[in-house]
Amino acid sequence: MNRRVLRRWISNFMVGLMVVAVILAVLPLLFILFNLVLKGASSLSIDFFTKLPVPAGETGGGVAHAIVGTLLIVGLASLFGVPLGIGAGIYCAEYPGSRLTKVTRFVADVMNGTPSIVVGVFAWTWIVARQKHFSAVAGSAALAMLMIPMVMRTTEELIKLVPHSLREAGLALGYPRWRTSLSIILRTALPGIVTGSLLAVARIAGETAPLLFTALGSQYMNFNVNQPMAALPLVVFQYATGPYEEWHQLAWASALVLILVVFVLSVGARLATRRRFHA
Amino acid sequence: MPEQQVRLGTDKLTAMYGKFTAVKNVTLTFANNSVNALIGPSGCGKSTFLRTLNRMHELTEGGWITGKVLLDGQDVYQSGVSAMQLRRRVGMVFQKPTPFPTMSIYDNVAAGLRLDGRPKRGEQDEIVERSLKQAALWDEVKDRLRTSAVALSGGQQQRLCIARSIAPRPEVLLLDEPTASLDPAGTSRIEELVFELKKAFTIVIVTHNMQQAARVSDTTTFFYMGSMIETGPTRQLFTAPKQEQTEAYITGRFG
Repeated sequence: MNRRVLRRWISNFMVGLMVVAVILAVLPLLFILFNLVLKGASSLSIDFFTKLPVPAGETGGGVAHAIVGTLLIVGLASLFGVPLGIGAGIYCAEYPGSRLTKVTRFVADVMNGTPSIVVGVFAWTWIVARQKHFSAVAGSAALAMLMIPMVMRTTEELIKLVPHSLREAGLALGYPRWRTSLSIILRTALPGIVTGSLLAVARIAGETAPLLFTALGSQYMNFNVNQPMAALPLVVFQYATGPYEEWHQLAWASALVLILVVFVLSVGARLATRRRFHA
Repeated sequence: MPEQQVRLGTDKLTAMYGKFTAVKNVTLTFANNSVNALIGPSGCGKSTFLRTLNRMHELTEGGWITGKVLLDGQDVYQSGVSAMQLRRRVGMVFQKPTPFPTMSIYDNVAAGLRLDGRPKRGEQDEIVERSLKQAALWDEVKDRLRTSAVALSGGQQQRLCIARSIAPRPEVLLLDEPTASLDPAGTSRIEELVFELKKAFTIVIVTHNMQQAARVSDTTTFFYMGSMIETGPTRQLFTAPKQEQTEAYITGRFG
């Protein structure tokens, strides 16, 4: 009897510790969200989404150029990053023993741990310095480089989660190997891969460092990806470090929009993982 | 048993994993429209032997063979024979049910039909219905052919896998412990089904369960340590085994 009471006490204590850990983990996130909404929501208006910035000191204006810029830069990065990452991931999962796989996996792990500013410097050296001008393309290239290893590793892990028995079942039906991989293995892993890719898109949408000396930022609406371009994280950086109160307001609002974009992508990822069938 | 036409056979078949010999020098024949049980303790090579028959063994890393596997008199390991084509003539069902989770019940059954170009819609509907009826699953699923296959029970899933395997009309059906993951009710349904299926197919079934072998099969072969110890009509092997090891195994003294 004594022992049972003691056990229950220890159990309750441990559960308590875990609850504390969860609260500590979630608290900063809630605090950030709360703060952003508090300080940014008041500046959100139609103008904010549709107007361009006004000269310093004047009130009003918006960040339409940065919203367009973020969509273009991130879109372009995803256009290259997602297919390349998925392709490399499939290769690594299908040929786990090959030397190329081992090298690729190692490089991807190193790249996953590389600070994003280093990738930015790399893009600056190879694209900006050669072309002798800043451009959105250089920013997209840097972001794509961050994205590929993330997408690749998720794809590989998710394909490996598909039971080997399914592959055998496909082959035993007379499917050629490529067809087994595509129409059975990949199709089974697809919802997870879509989620992983969307989460990678959400991750890079908020990256600032790689854009600082590639896309550079701009005060104008610009659709030409060969020119410097504004992006939400750059706007936040520029306005938050500026001296004017109006700028600070815009920075808060931009940060809120950025978080909302990431939030929408994450929710989209959740929806994509939902089962196709409802039994 | 009257003389029957041989459908499938092996000639001095040895199966290796790298340098390890899993099956040693087995010569065996399976008659048309018969059920043939392979029994023996775990690791005796009966599953490996089964997997050489549709060339699944060679997909395992290090898997290779010597000797011959003859289907209708033709060596299936001859160069120029496509393993993919062979597997459409020799279907296989595994220990655990393996329905394709992203496909509906209908698409699962039709999965093997789409390899030689798409069949016509009506024709495909017919084959799916026929296969599900043959697998004794039609009445349970006919109203929900478009729903997920993983929502079925384990026994239903296994019958679905049988339907999927027989849809392309193979000549031989290999069953690798098909009831190992099923409850007694599911097991007896599969056993009844095997009895029906032998009208259309030649069946080779690996089983751990000796009662099952005795119930469903026409011939039984006993494997031990990679060698074929004894083969014969099921009744004879269970009532009057010629080898001492066979007797010891079927009376439960080892394995």
